Parts: sequence; structure tokens; C-alpha cells
Amino acid sequence: MKSVKQQSLTARLAFSSIAFLFFFTLNLSAQGDAANGKKLFNTNCAACHKLDKDLVGPKLGGITDVREDAWLKAWIKDNAALQATDADAKEAAKYSPTAMTAFPFLTDENIDDILAYTSAPPPPPPVVATGGDVVVAEADNTLLYILIAIVFVLLLMVVNLYRTVSELRDDAPKRKTTGDQANAIWAAFKANKFLHFLLTIFFLLSTAYIVFSWFMQVGVDEGYQPIQPIEFSHKIHAGDNKIDCQYCHASAKHSKTSGIPSANVCMNCHMNISEVSEGTAIGNHGKEVLDKEIQKLYDAIGWDKDKLQYIEGYEKKPIEWVRVHNLPDFAYFNHSQHVTVAGVKCQECHGPVEEMDEVYQHAPLTMGWCIDCHRDTEVDMTENGYYEKIHEQLAGKYGVEKVTEAQMGGMECGKCHY
Amino acid sequence: MKRVINTFLVLAVALVIVSCNDKRTPNLQFMPNMYEAVPYETYMSNPNYAPGMEERMPVAGTIARGAEFAFEYDNSIEGYELAKANLKSPLDSTMVDADRAKSLYTIYCASCHGAKGDGQGDLVKNEKFLGIPNYKDREITEGSIYHTIMYGKNMMGSHSSQLTEEERWQVTAYVQELRNN
Repeated sequence: MKSVKQQSLTARLAFSSIAFLFFFTLNLSAQGDAANGKKLFNTNCAACHKLDKDLVGPKLGGITDVREDAWLKAWIKDNAALQATDADAKEAAKYSPTAMTAFPFLTDENIDDILAYTSAPPPPPPVVATGGDVVVAEADNTLLYILIAIVFVLLLMVVNLYRTVSELRDDAPKRKTTGDQANAIWAAFKANKFLHFLLTIFFLLSTAYIVFSWFMQVGVDEGYQPIQPIEFSHKIHAGDNKIDCQYCHASAKHSKTSGIPSANVCMNCHMNISEVSEGTAIGNHGKEVLDKEIQKLYDAIGWDKDKLQYIEGYEKKPIEWVRVHNLPDFAYFNHSQHVTVAGVKCQECHGPVEEMDEVYQHAPLTMGWCIDCHRDTEVDMTENGYYEKIHEQLAGKYGVEKVTEAQMGGMECGKCHY
Repeated sequence: MKRVINTFLVLAVALVIVSCNDKRTPNLQFMPNMYEAVPYETYMSNPNYAPGMEERMPVAGTIARGAEFAFEYDNSIEGYELAKANLKSPLDSTMVDADRAKSLYTIYCASCHGAKGDGQGDLVKNEKFLGIPNYKDREITEGSIYHTIMYGKNMMGSHSSQLTEEERWQVTAYVQELRNN
């Protein structure tokens, strides 16, 4: 009896463990591969769906708790066909006026992977960023305090030493002091008329030099870096994300002005990007500050970032950017002439903007600076049959192989001043 | 002691001179009335117009001289379907400028859609935008491409303020070329 009981116990144990294993493996295969699912989700679904937020389509985190697997598979492969037979699907399609694209090429395993990704718990947010920042800031401050203390102590010591030395001097026997020596030199100087003459000339010349250089920098704003209403970083946009200058400054190719992008151009990306990614920073301003900067754009144009639509009847406000490059009114400059016709890179005049968090004026924008470039720049005359003849004539006239911009008339007064 | 005070004085004067050189304010101008334009310039603030801006929208129902005509397809699903079926490019093969079309595509589209149109642009690689489809995986016509550039679609915004009508058709032609290769 006893043995039988024992046997049955082992048998039961074996059976249950096999069942458990079986169940576990089954479960695993049904779960799919979340890593592959992420890849598939990002290529196929992420244009319209996010896990934690509604976008064009509803959020998909935990969608398996709401819908059955088979229904989801049918919906993803061909939602229009499912709508014809299933009332639930018809209801679901009303979520957005845009019909969802059919994905007939996704296999059942693919969809299992994607669903595994949607139901997988999101990875814990990296805690390092904010905590690390605070620690670093504290360390910096203590170091500063210590340095200040050291400098203070040193200063005290110097003052003390100086005092002691001067006291000791008073006690010491009288010697020929530096004062007596200075008096002797002064007397010799007063007698020397030629030295007076030289000194006057030197004084006048240096004064003239200083006054002249001061006048020459009047109206030159090299290095001007005004504070902008939004802490916009060209480094993040044009540098890190490699967005072309002309994407935002679109009118540079056709117009006199290079074009400050209107807010709808910003919204082409920022409809989707309502916050900066973890670890983005401008100077010591991290994510917390920068997310508020993006919010300033939404406040100007009236975008509801939770509902993902423009607020109706919103009173839009202009974003008042401060102009950095100001050419005087008496000089004419045309962007399209330089960008489209000459093919000059933006950086030639504006400097490495893609490395600037905060834009400053790179070039002096003086007439001498303009003319230097016009003298040096050789005009590309290839592949322009229309002007072939005039180019030949000009090259013959100046006896050169390649005509520079200045030789084409880029130094005539009336080209820029009229 | 006097020497120490003198040193400090010189340092203080130097500091004042340096701090005058302020990068946040524009420099002194010689004759401001020749530097500053009398009329309102582009992008200036202008108190005469409603939100205080110099920029104005065209008056409703008017078309500027030399500008494009109004686009007859709606910004809606129906408009998209109509454009997909009926809208044809006004450019024939001789009017398509392949180089310019490519450079326009590179500036305005390739950040997301990728240089080859495979949806692998720099913004996608940086995970700023996700789920950009390969053009080849989508049933699109030149009419629907143009409609999408004009009005945007889903999370893509309208690019009509950045490209002129003719440029939009050039880009459309280039997208078609990417699909067929």
C-alpha cells in the first residue's frame, strides 16, 4: 500500500512536471520574440501607433488584454475584409477617418512577435541621467568653494607677509632707496629734449591707432549672440540629426531672405516629437528645461500635444526671434543669388552653424570681407552653354583661364549699393 | 601697500573694459538712419497688422501674379483617393530635371524617407521618427504622391510652404523613379 502510494506520488510529480514544461514551452512559443517584434513594430506600425500614447491610431501597449489573438491577426493582415464580417472591427475602424494599411505580408509568427513586444513591460527608465547630474553639480560646487577658500587664505598670507616686510624695512639702517634712484632718472629725463620729442610722437601715433581701431569696429557685430525666445539648438537639428539647412530655411533658394521657418515647418517634425529624448542637453539644460522649450512652440501655434490636433479658434502668437545677421540698409544682399546661382555653402558666411547650440555672427559682414570673397571665388563656367560666349570674352579680356566673381562685375559699386 | 592698490585698480579698469564688450547687445552704429530700413522689412514686427507681424496671408480668393492656381483636391481621404485616381503630372519627360529633383528630394524628404526611398533616413536611424514605409511597399501613384506632399498624411506634415508647385512635381517624379528602381 505504502509503495503504491509512493509510486503514484512520483508518477504525479513526473506528470505535473511534464505538463508544466509543456505548458511553459507552449506559452513561450505563443509569446513570440519581443526583440524581433520591436524591429517589426518600428518599421511597420510606429508611423501611426505608439505603445503608451494615442497617435493616428490607438496606443498598442497591452492591446492583447483587450482583443483576442486571432482577431488581431485577422485585423492586421486585412482589416477591410474583417470589417465586412465582424461588427467589432467595424466599430474599431471608426477610431480614425484614415483607413489602416493592410499588412498581408506579415506572417503569424511576425504578428506574435509584434504582440509580444506590445505586451512586454517597458524597460525601466534609466535613472542615471538626473541623479548623475545632481551629483556632478554638487561636486563642482564643493570644488569651487575649496578653491575660493584656498585663494582667500593665500591672499591673507601675502598681505601679512607684505606688512611684516615693510615693518622690518623701517627698522633697517637707511640705504639708497628706490625712491632716490627714481628721482635721479626723472631729473635726467627732464633734461633730455630729444626724448620728449620721441615720446610725444609715440603717444600721438598710439592714440591715433587706438582711436582708428575703435572707429573701424563701429557697426561691426562679429560675435553678436542675442538671447532668443526659444532655446533652439542648431547643433541638435542640423548637426546631430543632419537636417539640411534649406529644409527649414526654404526660401533661401528663391528669395532675398533666407527665410525664418514659419511654425508649420517646425510642426512637420514636432507634431510627432513633443519631447526631447533622454540625455539631450544644451549646456547644463537637460530634458526638463528643453521639453518646456518645445511647449513654447505649441503655445505659439496652438497645438494640443495630448489630442494631437490644432486647437480650434486659437489665437496664434508669433515667435519673436531676434535677428542675428543684420546687413545695413544701404547694402543689397540676395540669398538666392548666392545659394542657387553660385552654389555657395551656407557655412562659408555663417560659419559652423551645425556645431552651434546658440547661433552667433561668425563673419564680420564688412564690405572688405564681401570683396575678399568676390576676388577669390572662381566662377564655375562648365555646363552652362547659355553664357559660354560671354565667359570666353571675359577670360580673353583678363587673360585668365578662370574668371573670378570680381571680374564678372562683382566689385561694381552699383551691384550692391543703389 | 600702495602698489597692491594700484594693481587692483588696473585690474578693475581692465575688467570694466572687457565687460563693456557685450555679445548680447548689438554694437554702436555710425549713422543708424542709413543702417535701419525706413519701410517695414521682411519678418519685422508691424503693429498695423493683427498679430503684430509683417507677414500676411494672401487675401482669400486671390492669386498672386505668377503664382500657382488653387489646388482643386481637398485635404481629406476622398480628396486623396480622387487625386490618386485622376491627378497627373504636368511635367513631361523632357521637363523633369533629374539633378534638381534629386537635390530637392535630398533636402526635403531624405531625412525621413532615406536617400533610396527605403524609409531609412537619418531621423529614423536616430529613432526620432519611426515606421516610415519603403515607397516600394505602398500602392501610390503620382497623384497621391503630390497630394501627400501638398497636404501631408498621417504624421507627415504639409510641405507646400517649402516647395513650389513645379518643385513638388519634380520631387514626385523622383519618388516614382525611386519606386521603379
